[in-house]
Amino acid sequence: MNDLFNSFMTGPDENGRFGDFGGRFVSETLMPLILALEEQYEHAKTDDTFWAEMHDLWTHYVGRPSPLYHAERLTEKLGGAKIYLKRDELNHTGAHKINNVLGQIILARRMGKTRIIAETGAGQHGVATATVCAKFGLKCVVYMGAHDVERQAPNVFRMKLLGAEVIPVTSGRGTLKDAMNDALRDWVTNVDDTFYCIGTVAGPHPYPAMVRDFQAIIGKEAKEQMQAAEGRLPDTIIAAIGGGSNAMGLFFPFLDDKDVNIIGVEAGGKGVNDKMEHCASLTGGRPGVLHGNRTYLLQDDDGQILEGFSISAGLDYPGIGPEHAWLHEIGRAQYVSITDVEALEAFQLCCDMEGIIPALEPSHALAHVIKIAPTLPKDHLIIMNMCGRGDKDIFTVAKALGFEMGDFA
Amino acid sequence: MTRIDDKFATLKAAGKKAFVTYIMAGDTDYDTSLEIMRGLPAAGVDVIELGLPFTDPVADGQTIQLAGQRALDAGQTLKKTLAMAKTFREDDTTTPIVIMGYYNPIYSMGVDKFLTAAVDAGVDGLIIVDLPPEEDAELCLPANEVGINFIRLATPTTDAKRLPKVIENTSGFIYYVSMNGITGSASAQVDAVAPEVARIKKTTDLPVVIGFGVKTPEAAKTFADLGDGVVVGSAIVERIARGDAPADVLAFVKTLADAAHS
Repeated sequence: MNDLFNSFMTGPDENGRFGDFGGRFVSETLMPLILALEEQYEHAKTDDTFWAEMHDLWTHYVGRPSPLYHAERLTEKLGGAKIYLKRDELNHTGAHKINNVLGQIILARRMGKTRIIAETGAGQHGVATATVCAKFGLKCVVYMGAHDVERQAPNVFRMKLLGAEVIPVTSGRGTLKDAMNDALRDWVTNVDDTFYCIGTVAGPHPYPAMVRDFQAIIGKEAKEQMQAAEGRLPDTIIAAIGGGSNAMGLFFPFLDDKDVNIIGVEAGGKGVNDKMEHCASLTGGRPGVLHGNRTYLLQDDDGQILEGFSISAGLDYPGIGPEHAWLHEIGRAQYVSITDVEALEAFQLCCDMEGIIPALEPSHALAHVIKIAPTLPKDHLIIMNMCGRGDKDIFTVAKALGFEMGDFA
Repeated sequence: MTRIDDKFATLKAAGKKAFVTYIMAGDTDYDTSLEIMRGLPAAGVDVIELGLPFTDPVADGQTIQLAGQRALDAGQTLKKTLAMAKTFREDDTTTPIVIMGYYNPIYSMGVDKFLTAAVDAGVDGLIIVDLPPEEDAELCLPANEVGINFIRLATPTTDAKRLPKVIENTSGFIYYVSMNGITGSASAQVDAVAPEVARIKKTTDLPVVIGFGVKTPEAAKTFADLGDGVVVGSAIVERIARGDAPADVLAFVKTLADAAHS
C-alpha cells in the first residue's frame, strides 16, 4: 500500500525538485510566468470541473481509454513473457502527446492566453498542439528543427492544414533541442498573450510534474485493464524515452507497486560510445542544467551540450525529464538503450506479426521487449507502451531499408 | 567593497554614469578578444561583461548566439575565459570584470572549483542568466561568500511583489532588462523604461544599469541618464562579427562611452 514516507509518488518538492533534479533554471523574465502557471495548475489539480472537462475530451475527442492489447503472435514467436501493448497510438492524432496538450490548453484558456507556442521533434507534439488549438480557435506557432522538418515532412503538412505556423529552426543541428531554445526565446519576447505548451516531462517546474500528471492516464488505464485481463499487476512495464513523457505517464501509477519492474528505453543511435552518436542521456551523459531543469545531459568536459543522434526525431534530445534522472539514481527504474538498427528490426517485426505499424519511438521499446521476452517465463506479464503510430516514419524507414518510394508506383 | 562598488562610488562622486560593455570571450578567437578586452578601459569602459560561451543561450538573440558559436569553434572554454580574465588583470587592477553567461559550464566545472579560480583570476561579478532567486543556493550565496558580486537581472515582468526577492541577494548593481525579449532585439523604449527604473531605485540603493536593445551613442546617452549606467553588447559584437579590426571596434566603443559619459 502507499506509505507516504516510502512513496515514490510524492515528488516534486515545493522547489520543483525530484531529489537533486528538476528546479526552475530560467531567466528572470520567465519566472513570474512559470510561477503563475504553477499557481493555476495547483488549483486545477484538485478542481473537479477541470478534470471533468479533461475526461470528457479524452473520451469523445481523443478516444480514450486506449485498449490494452495482447500481442498474441509476437508473444508466441518470442516464446516467453506474455506481451501486452498499451495502444496509445490509436489516440486522435496518432500518439500519446494529445493527452498532455489538452490539459495545458485548458489551463491556457483559463489563464486568458490566446497564442500557443510549442516545440516539436518528430512532429507528434506539434500536430497535437495544432489540433487542439484548431479545436479551440487559438493561434498556434510550432518551432521545429530544420533537420526534423525535412525528415518528418508529413507532420509538417498536417500542422499547416490545422492552421499552425511552423517555424523551421536552423540554429545548432536543427533538432528538438534547438526548437526548444527558440520556443523559449519566443516566450520571453511574448510574455503577455503567449502560453508555452511543452511536449515532454522536462523544462522548469511545474512542467515535468504537470505533463506527467496529464500523461498518467496511460498508466492508470493500463493498471485497471491488466487487472481486468489477468486479475493482477504486470511484472514488467516498458516504454521508450526521449524527454520521457509517454514513459512517465505509464510508469507513474506503478511507482509504488514495488514488484513491478520498470524499464525505460533510450535511443542508442549508432551505439552508446565515446563518439556520442546516440541520445542515451542516462547511459552516456552526466548531470547538468539545460532548458530550465537539472537532469542528465549529453555534454562535453566544458559543460557544452552535445547534439544527440537518433533515427527517431522524437528521441533526438540530449536530455531527459528530471523525474527519470531521479528514478535512475535511486534505482526504482532501470534504463537501457537500443540502437537504430535494433529499432528498425522491431519496427518490421511489429508490422509483420501484429499488423501494427509502430512509430520509431516505441519501436525502441519493442526492441527491448524482443530482447528480454524470450528469457522470461510464460506467466511473466509485460506492458509496453505503443505510444505512437508509424505513418509519419514510413519515409525514414524506406530510406533506411534502401527503398525509393517511387519503386512502388 | 568590491571593485564594482569602488567603480560606482567613484563615478557617482564624479557625477558620471557607468558605461558597461559586453564582449564574448574567445570571439572571434582568444587573442582577438583579449586584445579588444585590454583596450576597453582606455576606450572609456567602466565595467567589462565578459561573455561565457554556451551552446544553448536561450536568453540571447542571434548576434550573441553566433558569437558564442564562433568562440566555441575557436576552442574557447570556461578555463580559457578565466585565463583571459587573469591575463587582463596583470595590467589592469581597477576595471571590474563581470562574467556573464549560463550555469551549465560552471556547474560542470564544480561551483567551488570555479569560484576559487574566479577569485584567483580577479573576477568581480557574475551574471548567470538562468539562475533566478529561487536557485540562490546554487551559486549566488556561495559567490557572495567569497566576495564575488552576484548581479541579477530585473525585467518588465518583475512586478512589485517580486522585486524585493530579486534584490535580496543581489550585490554590485542591478541590471534592468529594458524589454521582454532576447539580447540584440528591438530598440529599447524610453517611455517604458523610465518609470520601471524609478520604481527599482525606490526599492534599493544599488546602482541600476540598463541594457538590452541599446545600439547607438544617442541611445547610450539616453538610457545612461535614466539610471546609473548603460550596457551595450550586441551592437559591439556585430562589429566583431563582421571582421572589424580591434582598433576599429574600440573606436566605436569610444563613441558609445563618450556619449554615455556626456
